[in-house]
Amino acid sequence: MLLEVEGLCVNYGHIEAIRDITFGVEEGSITTLIGANGAGKTTTLKTISGLRKVRAGRVLFDGKDITNLPPYDRVKLGLSQSPEGRGCFPGMTVRENLDMGAYVRSDRRTPAYQADLDRVFELFPRLLERVNQAAGTMSGGEQQMLAIGRALMAKPRLVLLDEPSMGLAPKFIQQIFSIISEINAQGTTVLLVEQNAAQALKRADSAHILETGEIVRSGTGAELAGDDSVRAAYLGGDV
Amino acid sequence: MDFGALFGSLDNFLSFTMGGLVFGAVYALIALGYTMVYGVLQLINFAHSEVFMYGTFAVAWMFIFLHGTESVTWSLGKAAPILVAALVGAMLLSAAIALLLERFAYRPLIRKGAPKLIALISAIGASFALAEAMGLRDRFADKLGLSDNLENYVAPGKARDVFSNPVTIQPKGLFEVGGYTVSDVDLVILAACFIMMIALDTFVRRTRFGRGIRAVAQDPETAALMGVNSGRVVQVTFLIGGLMAGAAATLYMMKIGSTRQNAGFILGVKAFTAAVMGGIGNLRGALVGGLLLGVMENWGSAVFGSEWKDVVAFVLLVLILLVRPSGILGESLGKARA
Repeated sequence: MLLEVEGLCVNYGHIEAIRDITFGVEEGSITTLIGANGAGKTTTLKTISGLRKVRAGRVLFDGKDITNLPPYDRVKLGLSQSPEGRGCFPGMTVRENLDMGAYVRSDRRTPAYQADLDRVFELFPRLLERVNQAAGTMSGGEQQMLAIGRALMAKPRLVLLDEPSMGLAPKFIQQIFSIISEINAQGTTVLLVEQNAAQALKRADSAHILETGEIVRSGTGAELAGDDSVRAAYLGGDV
Repeated sequence: MDFGALFGSLDNFLSFTMGGLVFGAVYALIALGYTMVYGVLQLINFAHSEVFMYGTFAVAWMFIFLHGTESVTWSLGKAAPILVAALVGAMLLSAAIALLLERFAYRPLIRKGAPKLIALISAIGASFALAEAMGLRDRFADKLGLSDNLENYVAPGKARDVFSNPVTIQPKGLFEVGGYTVSDVDLVILAACFIMMIALDTFVRRTRFGRGIRAVAQDPETAALMGVNSGRVVQVTFLIGGLMAGAAATLYMMKIGSTRQNAGFILGVKAFTAAVMGGIGNLRGALVGGLLLGVMENWGSAVFGSEWKDVVAFVLLVLILLVRPSGILGESLGKARA
């Protein structure tokens, strides 16, 4: 297991945001967390990244206990997150945002770095067109691409994607999901949080359903996609 | 009201303008400290005025240490070696005070998620404590057995009086602009201000750590996800503000030659005004605001009389904010375009 989450509990004040969450992410897989708004998906990701304090439980990355590691040290271990919504730095250009993604890397003047930039531009040609534009002036979809590309610039072993399809036009949603598959095929493990359950389950090796802060179902993507109660609750009965 | 005093001759006009620019350069360097901390923490570092004031004393102490307490008048050239040492000393002491403020007056509060208002109260407290500590330096010197060496500079009961630098620097006219003689001191002050502004601007815009500072200013949580240690960014922000205030203190002592334990207050308020006028959180705004404030208040004092100088400065602040509530350049450090 590349990532292990054991009995994780996180509170916001006196309110329990997530309760006793346990799951693992296999190296090389796509794992997805699906659930309604407020189910605790984003909190789970933020806790794995180190942005939220843990009340109980542990987070292990590659066997190492990182529960109390500050977020910036987790990035160095190979954990990278594309935050929910428009998580780009609005006053920075596309290129500067991508450079921020590689903040912890020390090889920014090498061909390897340029190759990683090229790879991001290959995945998202739109970013190359706008390389000197301020991120804050781009559309929501373009900013979403930038956030994903930026997360890849850290050269992560595990990338956490928080609602990558949120606010996108339908034709872009399909495109973003095929890019996620491509990223995974190139060797990066993916932990994906989504409201678009149909697409997420289609591509996930394993999937977990969150309801009010707890995992209520787990299985492979195909199993859950084929389950009647899951279809009724999350897929609108139509995959 | 006497517009003739300002506009009557080109000579007068340039003289007041130049004098204003020189003061404005000092305001701008102090304003940087307010604007950087605000950009990163959205916090007014009210005690930054004391960071500057300690710098002015570091300059005077360096002159006493390297020259002695005998009052003399030197040319800029002759004072230059000690001035360089004083610059280093002032930058170090001011930076140290700024870092101590961050560590003890702000960090514990921010860690606990205290509202910004609480941090402001803490800043005001720290400001008074620092100023009063400087006002008690005769007692400290006495305890350390230094009173004899320093004579009247720390004579009992004199610590609250004006403290004059033993070395008075006599400016030398270099060239004339429309009848106004530009002195070497004026030129050094303006040049130092511009060099430091350009260096800082380049650091923030072009270096990796500078990008980290801008990232924290724009979105601290996302910056953490990129691997930026925001605690370190905050420290460096205070450090830079302190270094700049120390430089400003040296330039100020070159020009004015005296200070006292409450010297930071009015300069701090002016520099803060300059930062707000230029657009708080914006580095270039600090320069624009500082120079503009210096010039306008000098013009104001020519027209209305020098006792109206501060009134002109603050009326100007109100007028500018009425027209442009976010300041002249507006955008913050965070939103600053590349």
